[in-house]
Amino acid sequence: MSSKQGDVMDQAYQKDSSMPLDTMAEKKKVRKGLFALESIAVLFAIIFFGIPFYFVIINSMKDSAAAAELSLAWPETFQFLANYKEVLMLNDGIVIRAFINSSIITVSSITVIILICSMAGFILSRRQGMAKRLNYVILVGLMIPPTIVPTIWVLQNLGLFKTFPGIISLESALHFSFACLLYTAFVATIPRELDEAALMDGCGPINLFFKIIFPLLKPVTSTVIVLSSIQIYNDFENMLYFFPGAENATVQLTLYNFTGIYGTSYHLLFADVILISIPPLVLFIFFNKKIVDGMTAGAVKG
Amino acid sequence: MNSSTRNMYPLAFLIPAALVYCTFFLFPTSMAFFYSMTWWTLDDWEFIWFENFIQFFQEPSLRIGFRNTLIYAFTTMGGKVVLGLILAVFLCSKIRNKDFLRSIVFFPALLSTIAVGFTFSAMMHPTNGVINKTLALVGIDGPNWLGDAKIALLSVAMTDIWKGVGIATVIFIAGIMAIPTHYYEALKIDGGNAIQSFFHITLPLSRPALNTVVILALIGGLRTFDLVWAMTGGGPGFSTDLLASIVYKQYASGFFGLATAGNVLLFLFVGLIAFPIFKLLNRKEVDL
Amino acid sequence: MRHYKFYYFSLLASLLFCALLLVGCNSSSEEETTSNGEGDTDNNSTDTEEAAEDEITEITLLMGEADDTEGFRAVMNAMEEDIGIKTKIELRPGGPEGENIVKTRLATGEMSDIMLFNSGSLLMALNPEKYFVDLSDEPFVDRMMDSYKEVVSSNGKVFGIPEGSSQVGGWLYNKRVYEELGLEVPKTWDELMENNEKIKEAGKVAVIGTYGETWTSQLPILADYYNVQAEVSNFAEEYTAGTAKFANTPQAQRGFERIQEIHDRGFMNEDYTVATYDQGRKMLAEGTGVHYPMLTQALQNINDNYPELVDDIGVFPQPSDDPDVNGHTVWMPNAYLINKESDKIEAAKKWMEYFISDKAIELYESKSKSIGPYVIEGVELPEDSYTAVKDLVPYFESGNVAPALEFVSPIKGPNLPQICTSVGSGQLIAEEAAEMYDDDVEKQAKQLGLDWD
Repeated sequence: MSSKQGDVMDQAYQKDSSMPLDTMAEKKKVRKGLFALESIAVLFAIIFFGIPFYFVIINSMKDSAAAAELSLAWPETFQFLANYKEVLMLNDGIVIRAFINSSIITVSSITVIILICSMAGFILSRRQGMAKRLNYVILVGLMIPPTIVPTIWVLQNLGLFKTFPGIISLESALHFSFACLLYTAFVATIPRELDEAALMDGCGPINLFFKIIFPLLKPVTSTVIVLSSIQIYNDFENMLYFFPGAENATVQLTLYNFTGIYGTSYHLLFADVILISIPPLVLFIFFNKKIVDGMTAGAVKG
Repeated sequence: MNSSTRNMYPLAFLIPAALVYCTFFLFPTSMAFFYSMTWWTLDDWEFIWFENFIQFFQEPSLRIGFRNTLIYAFTTMGGKVVLGLILAVFLCSKIRNKDFLRSIVFFPALLSTIAVGFTFSAMMHPTNGVINKTLALVGIDGPNWLGDAKIALLSVAMTDIWKGVGIATVIFIAGIMAIPTHYYEALKIDGGNAIQSFFHITLPLSRPALNTVVILALIGGLRTFDLVWAMTGGGPGFSTDLLASIVYKQYASGFFGLATAGNVLLFLFVGLIAFPIFKLLNRKEVDL
Repeated sequence: MRHYKFYYFSLLASLLFCALLLVGCNSSSEEETTSNGEGDTDNNSTDTEEAAEDEITEITLLMGEADDTEGFRAVMNAMEEDIGIKTKIELRPGGPEGENIVKTRLATGEMSDIMLFNSGSLLMALNPEKYFVDLSDEPFVDRMMDSYKEVVSSNGKVFGIPEGSSQVGGWLYNKRVYEELGLEVPKTWDELMENNEKIKEAGKVAVIGTYGETWTSQLPILADYYNVQAEVSNFAEEYTAGTAKFANTPQAQRGFERIQEIHDRGFMNEDYTVATYDQGRKMLAEGTGVHYPMLTQALQNINDNYPELVDDIGVFPQPSDDPDVNGHTVWMPNAYLINKESDKIEAAKKWMEYFISDKAIELYESKSKSIGPYVIEGVELPEDSYTAVKDLVPYFESGNVAPALEFVSPIKGPNLPQICTSVGSGQLIAEEAAEMYDDDVEKQAKQLGLDWD
């Protein structure tokens, strides 16, 4: 299967490089225009998306009083190490414990979500009649927040309340709709002919899905990994209600160590914000490339 | 075909998903319908029929809440769809620093709502905020973004777009990347330009992505309130209250039955808007 | 071949997950075995006793983020050393969100051993008899003043001990600027308004408004309660019974009118609709703003950030229209309560006994200074108290103080902060606000199950 895929890919690249000669000059002109456009766009992106980012970073390096001014000004005294160290050392390293907890929950939930949602999305996309009936049930998951106390009862009765398996199951259920919708939408772009060809080759449904369809869903899977893991990682409400306990701190809860009615330590708050944003950023940078790799999957259909 | 469908696409594949979704979400959440008709203190309840619903409709800021929710949902949805699509097309084109730019566009989505709230509240400060200071440089007297009841909601919506556009962009990028390159080549051979390729290929063929973004952004916008809560607390006065924040306040005040009724109503309201749109989008998808 | 990375990724993830779960299980079972082992080897009874003495008991404690002060931490560390009780602290958000978490965890039987919560109306709304341990017979309860016992008792049973000192809600003001401008502490509302007029003319902010944090907008109405109860002595009872309303009690409605007047006369800072509590305290400390209707807890943060300026701050009660009616509205400290379901009730009681011992209070005070008089018998304010706290002493000595309405009535409408910002930003007038608040209060009464028809 994969050799076939490679052939098609090569063809696509060859096509791309064999450009008609007479358009070369024109191409150059376009390139120049594109470059100007590009520079402007980059500038805008940096202003609109970069300034708030700069704001958080610069304030995480100031001292308490300077950070409380909440300005963009360059700090008079840098406290980079001191602030970040203070955040990491706080309450016997609660931030580090929160990192570990959040990572366990996020990675495990994502694994469950990918597995159950890709399978469900595959079936729902292929069996349109079924999808029509079930789509609304799935949409409900996006539309109504969990009812807190009954959900706790369910978890308690299953002996899962305040446990990792409990919060993982719950997060998977709450993010099911989102991922399932994405998968259903994208399975539709994979031609049915592929299934039929596989059937001819004597492929069973399990082989068809795991060997052929699932690999082709890589760009969506990357998208789901990036988007859902960020939502789970940054989840605050659900962790607060369904995963309580001093040992069970999660990253968003650590922000509460720095705010309060007696005064907010903005410098530490922002340092914490930066620290807890690093893992998802690394994740994004890694999977961003995977999403780009989607090109290969797209080429198969051609 | 029918039997092969049954063979190739077994319903057993749905079982794990159904199990998780029903046990941990559908089942407990359906209890909401019962509790919405009770006077509920969490450990005790009394059945009172529709009194909660009647009470909910007498909420003083309810009309503001309905209006604001619609404005907020459609503004943020529109902003995320349009900007997300533009950014996605741009970030899929042959430009340098693509990865860097993608990361920078996506970064806001990684930040916690609390942090975004703090940052933008500070930047939108009427006298000391970066935004108004910059506007003052070019001689514009900037408004009181969050303090003026007339524009506070839009200021928050703008922040929401800023925070959420990265997610829309990623979904669009995944959609655009799935478009086979030979379509573009065919158009190039026929002498089509960039604008044509956008309207004739990119837009129609990234339909699944578009539908997903529209539905997610719309439902998200109708249901959300955390950013509003972080930035204005529903104020000044009640001017930025949303339906969801009204329900939240009721829950927080211990009006559990009333808040549950509010959630049921919010659910119906979201459904009333989202279902027809979902149906419309899906029908068009089939037409293609 | 690259797609196999996905399998590796998920495989790795699930392996990691399983491994972590196993580690978790292992460590807990290990603990069990070691404790069993100890039991086996301890044949000698004196040994067992010694072991019990050395053993550290762990108590879990749920508290609001804001209550985690340096003084509190110092007491916790000392407690671990002195009586071997280690406190595991779990922080929750404050405000309505925090109330919610407390209610949810009580209803689902998942509360920590000890919890910290408001005294007064909010505590009564929790149904304390059902959830908390009755402390009436504990000797340490006798140390608490009757005024405090009242706000942590229900049906004659005492449930809580105080977190710290009491505090007042009044008008914090900058004494340095008062001197510069030659102003006198006002005895009536009109005098206060005259002062405001002069401050405004001098180019300073007369009244600091920080509606960016909505709860701060309520002070002019909450701190007016001393004046209300001085003129309408049975207001609290009738208000609880549903007969007295804000809209039909002119003295009570006066609070909303005061907020409206501050707005109408333009006394507040330009950015009052978005300014934060932090910014408010800064303005007051630096003297760019002169009056700040606020709780004296603001002093703690001013002391942290501007220690050299904190003694410029004074406080006077919200003046009434009558110079003879002049007194402070008092807020009682939050209460520590013991969860009835806890299996460490005895240790929790020891925790409490220690927490309100002279030694602990002294230690607490040395790290986090008091913001008002203590509610423990015989504990005096130290010499180096904040100037503003010293300002309070004459009022307490002459008895010109009254607890805030939320400590004498179980009902407080949840929408009060937003109603106050509506009035303060000119979107509502006082009469409308009073009516709206009455509806809000009625809703709360219904939820509490009070019979109001």
